[in-house]
Amino acid sequence: MASIRQNPSPSRLPDFRNLGVWLRVLLVTNALAALFCCAANRHWHELPDEFVQLAASVEPPLIASLVMLYLLQRLLERLSYGRGILFVVGSVLAVTAAFHALGVVPAVTQTGSAGLARALLWAALCSGALLYYFNICARLHSPALAEARLFALTARIRPHFLFNALNAVLGVIRSDPRRAEVALEELADLFRVLMRDNRELVRLSDEIALARQYLDLERLRLGERLQVKWDIESCPPDALLPPLMLQPLLENAVYHGIEPAEQPGEISIGFARRGEELRIELSNPFDPKTPPHAGNQMALANIRERLMLFFDLEARLETEIVGATTTTSQRYVVRIVLPYRRSAVQ
Amino acid sequence: MTAKPLHLLLVDDETPARARLKDLLADIAAELPSVVVGEAADGIEALELLANPEQPRIDIVLADIRMPRLDGIGLVQHLAGRETAPPVIFVTAYDQYAVQAFDLNAIDYLLKPVRAQRLLAALRKLPAGLPSREALRSLAPQGRTHLHSTERGRILLVPLDDVLFLRAELKYVTARTREREYLIEESLTHLEDEFADRFIRTHRNCLAARNAIVGVERDNAPPGENHWCVLLRDLGEKLPVSRRQWPLIKALLKEDS
Repeated sequence: MASIRQNPSPSRLPDFRNLGVWLRVLLVTNALAALFCCAANRHWHELPDEFVQLAASVEPPLIASLVMLYLLQRLLERLSYGRGILFVVGSVLAVTAAFHALGVVPAVTQTGSAGLARALLWAALCSGALLYYFNICARLHSPALAEARLFALTARIRPHFLFNALNAVLGVIRSDPRRAEVALEELADLFRVLMRDNRELVRLSDEIALARQYLDLERLRLGERLQVKWDIESCPPDALLPPLMLQPLLENAVYHGIEPAEQPGEISIGFARRGEELRIELSNPFDPKTPPHAGNQMALANIRERLMLFFDLEARLETEIVGATTTTSQRYVVRIVLPYRRSAVQ
Repeated sequence: MTAKPLHLLLVDDETPARARLKDLLADIAAELPSVVVGEAADGIEALELLANPEQPRIDIVLADIRMPRLDGIGLVQHLAGRETAPPVIFVTAYDQYAVQAFDLNAIDYLLKPVRAQRLLAALRKLPAGLPSREALRSLAPQGRTHLHSTERGRILLVPLDDVLFLRAELKYVTARTREREYLIEESLTHLEDEFADRFIRTHRNCLAARNAIVGVERDNAPPGENHWCVLLRDLGEKLPVSRRQWPLIKALLKEDS
């Protein structure tokens, strides 16, 4: 099962197949190069040129090293942490030396053994610093901490919804006892999910079923005012996503898009797979007159952080208000892109 | 003892919530007889019901807070300026901010799901009137953005930003916008107090929007007397300034220039 418990020990090499790791390596190395340029610089106006030249000599071995580590990731995973470090630094040095020997480096870098020694020293320093940085990151985001954060982040349902739902059930209990029964069963299911261990990714089909139950409860009190359009034809039901992601988004949509509106409103929710990505789009009517609510931002920040804990930089959440400001048909859109992971159990 | 049954107006946008209140009222009918004489789905519908001359007397309003169009607190803001308005008891599922303000201002409220005994207690201890202006201000610090006017049984909301002046005429107050006039069922004194930062009194019976005043001119009508008039943007009409208000208007113009 894919879960954040994939990291068994905090002292662990970074995953060189992760886009976020690549991005950080590139950024940190170039930042170090920029720092070096600033330190060695004599005239400010020469700085951009100097940096470009230095970058030209840094980038080829850097990218080649990353590609190599990407290819050797399987092997790295089997090594102990200490050996892994030696292996990584060794490969980086080897790649740097190879580039130097081939003379691919631009003219600014010295050739000969002095230049080689300098290049190797810089490569060793850079890779050492980066490994240290990743070690600190891993400790900061150690599974125990991440799990504690996840635990605190999930299981938030608005009290507003709970009390209104209970009140609605009480409102129909005498006139339509069966409807009340169904509603209480749905409420029980919803809370079962809320209270279970929510640290594993869950199947999209389960999330959709839960969302439908939630919406059914809301329909009890909102009636025809709540319309929902699902677009789930092109979505893979076996895709995995963080638990309890749809329900809070729908709750937001109901709270901000349906409840304050005089006319019935439509919430639309769609899923699509694009290659190795799963895209979710959710939108609700938006009234520019109602001021933004702090609760909304909190729910979105919560989901964003959970996406980050599960997928690091590979997932993102964006919001947008579409439609002209003059029309009454403005909509608030939430878009989530996350890597497509498939569930093992069918 | 046969007391007159209490006449109630229920205001909630959710049908099951109103059904629940009716069930409970039926349950406590032996102890406190009551009749639901009206139901409204939001504040505007409630104002319409209250404006309807055929509507039987309403002794008390039970109003939800979160509603479309005009919420419970907005409803009370609109009722507060009227000479007679039934007391309102707020009913809310969960609203931390409002509940804090209610507690601070000793305003009674009911929490959903409401219990029969709690409802009975609240109805027996009828609030003396609507919340004070200070209480309303702490409930809704941003204040009202609209006035309301009743026309042929319908409620029209008049944006305060559009109102150029308010004038008391016999029984009513009229609000003048660039396009037309609206009848407002609130007293001029109340409006002056509530919107002191928006309007300035020019005369015993008139309030002018501060940001609509573009200048003054001397009134030529009664010879020998020194009368001034306020000029308003977008409007040919001039408003006479009373001698008593003249220093205030002068100060306002000096402030602007």
